Amino acid sequence: MEGSLILVQGLNGLQLGVMLFLMAAGLTLVFGIMDLINLAHGSLYMIGAYLTATFAAWLDSFVLGLLLAVPATAAIGALLETSALRTLYARDHLDQVLATFGLILFFNALVRIVWGPSAVFLSPPEFLAGQVAILPGVTYPAIRLAIIVVGLAVALGLWFLIARTRLGMQIRAGASNRDMAGALGIDIKRTFTIVFALGAGLAALAGGMAGSILAVQVGMGEQILILTFVVIVIGGLGSVKGALVGALLVGMADTLGRVLLPELFGLMFRPSVADGVGGAVGSMVIYLLMAGVLLLRPRGLFGARA
Amino acid sequence: MNHGTPLAAAVAVCGTMTIGAALAEDLTIGMITTLSGPGASLGVDIRDGFQLGIEHLDGKLGPFDAKVVEADDQQKPDVAVQLTERMLSREGADIITGTVWSNLALAMLPAVARADKIYLSPNAGPSQLAGEQCNRHFFNVAFQNDGTHEAVGKHVADAGIRKVWLMAPNYPAGQDALRGFRRYYDQGGGEVVDEVYTQLGQLDYSAEIANIQAAKPDAVYFFYPGGMGIAFMKQWAQAGAGKEVKLFGSGFSLSQDILPAVGDAALGLENAANWSPDVDNEVNARFVETFREKYGRTPSLYAAQGYDAALFVDAAAKAAGSKDTTMLIDALAKAKVDGTRGPLELNRNHFVIQDYYLREVVKDDEGKLTNKIKGVIFEDHGDAYIEQCAM
Repeated sequence: MEGSLILVQGLNGLQLGVMLFLMAAGLTLVFGIMDLINLAHGSLYMIGAYLTATFAAWLDSFVLGLLLAVPATAAIGALLETSALRTLYARDHLDQVLATFGLILFFNALVRIVWGPSAVFLSPPEFLAGQVAILPGVTYPAIRLAIIVVGLAVALGLWFLIARTRLGMQIRAGASNRDMAGALGIDIKRTFTIVFALGAGLAALAGGMAGSILAVQVGMGEQILILTFVVIVIGGLGSVKGALVGALLVGMADTLGRVLLPELFGLMFRPSVADGVGGAVGSMVIYLLMAGVLLLRPRGLFGARA
Repeated sequence: MNHGTPLAAAVAVCGTMTIGAALAEDLTIGMITTLSGPGASLGVDIRDGFQLGIEHLDGKLGPFDAKVVEADDQQKPDVAVQLTERMLSREGADIITGTVWSNLALAMLPAVARADKIYLSPNAGPSQLAGEQCNRHFFNVAFQNDGTHEAVGKHVADAGIRKVWLMAPNYPAGQDALRGFRRYYDQGGGEVVDEVYTQLGQLDYSAEIANIQAAKPDAVYFFYPGGMGIAFMKQWAQAGAGKEVKLFGSGFSLSQDILPAVGDAALGLENAANWSPDVDNEVNARFVETFREKYGRTPSLYAAQGYDAALFVDAAAKAAGSKDTTMLIDALAKAKVDGTRGPLELNRNHFVIQDYYLREVVKDDEGKLTNKIKGVIFEDHGDAYIEQCAM
């Protein structure tokens, strides 16, 4: 396999990692601080994509559509948290799983009622629709480079928020010890709502950008949700740093695994077998990675909760 | 109590019985299709096309009143089988129809055959039911799954293209698709550079597209239904791969329900299908116009198949004059219908014989994406499995 191909696949892995980070950051904060398993996180990703598509069509601009969809989804997240999810904090994880699974079904049906059963159109803006020459003779889609840049910028912004602002301090306090943080006078309810809305906004950003390169359709959140849970388990619940490292690891492992393993198997077996077996093992790589990390570090790489 | 009441009651009862005898019988159709989830646009189109057909037939199928009972199979075989049994026992369905997916059809057919009723497929056409496992209770008025791919294969070979790269998801329909393509492409003596099977449901094809750009074949043929196809075509355009490699698809990947989601990335792509909105006959013209008026969108080939299914049931009910299954089966097998695809009849394995068109994606007068016929690839095309059918 040529070097240029490995570079391109490496960038693809980085791009997947960055998307997973956007999803995982919100999910890990919600799990770490509120102890809430939220399966409906994928639905917020889907709503973000659909809203981006709708606003982009109205305003005839992908960027404006995305900028509008993120706060809109954050608001929906806040509404969801105050109305439905608040009752779940006191309950055990299984109840939370069942309830939020019900929310998945609810949002899938709602989206279908509002937008119809067919997939919806969303494509990158004109100035990002072409390719960029990353090396002489090697091109890479501009939109994917933009996604990588945006994702890394958001990671930086999130670090700043958590490490350097008052809200970030409250979040970190809540993540370490919720009860003590409440006893010290931090308004836990308000913090929770803000954290949830933040997670929803990040999911919407991921969904809007993903929708431009993938398909915007009902049920699009479920696939990425599974990967996101793998990421937060590997990274450690409640840790945004863990979410970043975990996401990049999973993104690279999944992409390179899917691409390199069939090649590796192709050296040993017939092409048809290599494709089938190599592909199957390639898709298992991230779960093997998760199992490996848990064996060595049961709380994940940067597990924060006591 | 005075004398008038019992007499009046008796008269009323006799009157109702007379009216009851004059009312036509119902022919019950169990419309079990996918109305939710990512695959819903196909099921919704089939249902809408079928219902429009019933409307154009003034609510009657032959001498009977049409009674269509709808249900959502959610693309799950177990749900589909449960619904089939419920339709047959509780609703008294005479004909089961609507299924989009071959795996569901294969699961549902035994229940229908056991109940000695008819299964009329408006879409699913697995090779087993065309060949070895052909069944007198099963009818397909849509296509045999390989047909569209065979058509593209023949066109690509005829166009003189010699180095082709194939892609499909790794599941039975994907393997059938590429096998069907090769059945006609290989006859032209061209080379298949690589035959790549990706994970079912995979949405990111950047790795595969990068491989293709490195290998530089003359053309790529892909079969990615639904969301997979939308993602693939968008990423193909974003990678600029179309500048050096020509992309061919099946009619399914470029059907009317998918085109709006793909956008300009689909413009100019050649594909094959058994129908196009511009097939030139009166039935189709009326179908497309009234569908647009009623539903506010251009119909897809799934809707056209649903419409033709209604016409087939009507023709069979007219000829049989009864709901007896054996008579209906005979009548269906011999039915000749003027459908949206022109004059149609069924082969001895109960699969429809039809033309396949070469289509290209263009923008219509209103700037919306649609398909336009560029030529005919196959005329009166049967299927490759009929020799294995003992019927």
